[in-house]
Amino acid sequence: MLEIRNLRVAVDGKEILKGLDLAIRPGEVHAIMGPNGTGKSTLSYLLAGRDGYEATDGEVIYRGENMLEMEPDERACRGVFLAFQYPVEIPGVAGTTFLKTALNAVRKFRGEDELDAMQFLKQVRAKAKTLDIGDDMLRRPLNVGFSGGEKKRNEALQMAVLEPTFAILDETDSGLDIDALKIVADGVNAMRGPERSMLIITHYQRLLNYIEPDRVHVLVNGRIAASGGKELAEKLEAEGYAAFLDAEAA
Amino acid sequence: MAADTARKDPFAGALDSTARLPGVALPWIAALREEARGHYAALGPPTVKLEDWKYTNLNRLSRIGFAPDAGLPPVKVDTVPVGSTLSAEAHLAVLVNGRFRPDLSSLPEGDAGPEIASLAELLERAPDALQPVLGRIASSDSMPLVALNTALWQDGLAIRFKPGAAIEKPVHVVSIGAAGDAPRLFHPRLLILAEENSRGCVLESHVGVGDGVYFSNAVAEIAVEPGAALRHYKLQNEHPAAFHVAAAKARLVSTARYESFVLQVGGRLARNEIHARLGGESIDCRLAGAYLLRGDQHGDNTTFIDHAAPNSNSREVYKGVLDDNARGVFQGKILVRKDAQKTDGHQLNKALMLSRGAEIDSKPELEIYADDVKCSHGATAGEIDEDALFYLRSRGIDAHAARGLLVEAFVGEAIDEIEDDAARAAFRNVVDGWLTEGKPDGPKNED
Repeated sequence: MLEIRNLRVAVDGKEILKGLDLAIRPGEVHAIMGPNGTGKSTLSYLLAGRDGYEATDGEVIYRGENMLEMEPDERACRGVFLAFQYPVEIPGVAGTTFLKTALNAVRKFRGEDELDAMQFLKQVRAKAKTLDIGDDMLRRPLNVGFSGGEKKRNEALQMAVLEPTFAILDETDSGLDIDALKIVADGVNAMRGPERSMLIITHYQRLLNYIEPDRVHVLVNGRIAASGGKELAEKLEAEGYAAFLDAEAA
Repeated sequence: MAADTARKDPFAGALDSTARLPGVALPWIAALREEARGHYAALGPPTVKLEDWKYTNLNRLSRIGFAPDAGLPPVKVDTVPVGSTLSAEAHLAVLVNGRFRPDLSSLPEGDAGPEIASLAELLERAPDALQPVLGRIASSDSMPLVALNTALWQDGLAIRFKPGAAIEKPVHVVSIGAAGDAPRLFHPRLLILAEENSRGCVLESHVGVGDGVYFSNAVAEIAVEPGAALRHYKLQNEHPAAFHVAAAKARLVSTARYESFVLQVGGRLARNEIHARLGGESIDCRLAGAYLLRGDQHGDNTTFIDHAAPNSNSREVYKGVLDDNARGVFQGKILVRKDAQKTDGHQLNKALMLSRGAEIDSKPELEIYADDVKCSHGATAGEIDEDALFYLRSRGIDAHAARGLLVEAFVGEAIDEIEDDAARAAFRNVVDGWLTEGKPDGPKNED
């Protein structure tokens, strides 16, 4: 599904990712954990194609193609989805208008018919309901004045509607209380399947109690310092990142 | 200075014309025209040395010699170019080069609906009704191009909403400019009377046909009587080679309600100026507008709100979108006179710059002599929010469409000020059309 080889990324001239390797097979859920400032969000933005995040070396192969050459919208159309840590507020753009435009762009790319307003609403309402999102929230300007929990549920809704092949969840648990966390995690778990992979980026183990990963990686100083099963996350929660940081420093 | 006085007055030829003007036989019209000529002679054509014209330069006009008005348009106009006007279910009144064209119009029949008539024809038939208002609301003593219009108008329209009339169907004034090889100058004149407790809606579409240069120098005089509410929406979608300078003067009295929206997308150089005098209490005056400009277009919005009595409200919301090398101007003056206590006045102008070559000149001006008022103004200029753009693109929306959504949302804040549902939808369509016409992704978007 996704293969990252020796990836080096610089932001504003400063190298953040320093030779990262990672391979995710179809159907797998991987988690990347690490202390603040080690490049977790840099990785998510790079994969989504944000301006200013340029790979200086290495490659990212997504379903057999060089992903780094694709525009962000092309990546999305090909099934890449980033659930933002801080979803952007966009005044004046109604949530439904946004979502319909996005879904139809993706459908058009896939060679599917665009949905009309009725078909679209029917589909979205059903998915919104499971995430406890009502019509009022759908219609409001995108993310404007939403609470932290509402924003994250809205990200989960977009993911459910766009049905990506590869989803990156960047600090999805931040700003969520336990009830909202469960709702979002249920939504994400419902989407797990043999053809869909996920990369969960998180500082804390908490989210991984709800979305159980197949593999856990520790990102320290721009590189994967250790990989293991879900027990690695538990170990990190108990012992912290100190051991890895010390090893880096030594 | 010497060079300035030596510069040719682009309108001299028009003033020298000996064409017969409507109403000359009426002493009061003759006096009005003569007075306006005097004012124009004293003021001269506008130059950037005038405070009000600092950002809008008519210099390039001096290279254009406007042919004397010969009556018939140089280009045959036998249909209304519907696609470039507001789409509206409305009574239609069409002017071609400032002259009423009954054959292209469809006016209400009988006593139902508003009274709509050609000014030239009214001066023949019933001039007395016009005497107290025509030229009285828009005085010509300080505005040179208003003086020029008053001195030279050939025709125009008078629209009257009778006392107590509750009119659902709007009046749509379509002003068509038509020019061929020789540049044309014309002076459409509009008079709108919303009499006591009436409700009315006037739409204006200013468009062009042919491929020559014309200058539409429009003046509107508006009176809103006690308890009356007037909605006045205008689309300036002139020919790309055209010049458009319009002044609307509104006289509002106690409990009057006036709502104006102006969308400027056309013309090579355009200016829309609105003066509203709030001469009574409990007046509600709302001015909103948007200007969407690209290429080398120049678009000016100038407003003056004169709070002359206590307890009235004014609100202004203008949004500009400037691409390529376009230049936008917003000048908004609010005057609160000494007696105008408890005035509530708000003004906002925001510009979105889509290109480094674009320019906005924004000049808010509050002049307050009363001590118990609430007045505010805000002016901003900014670029497309890159975070928002990336967010939209990360969901599969391509760069052009994503920009379009953001521009539409930005302009939407002004469009939402329009209270009439049908008009709001019509203006939204024009904005959508403007966005669709835009280049998918110019070089400016690459960096």
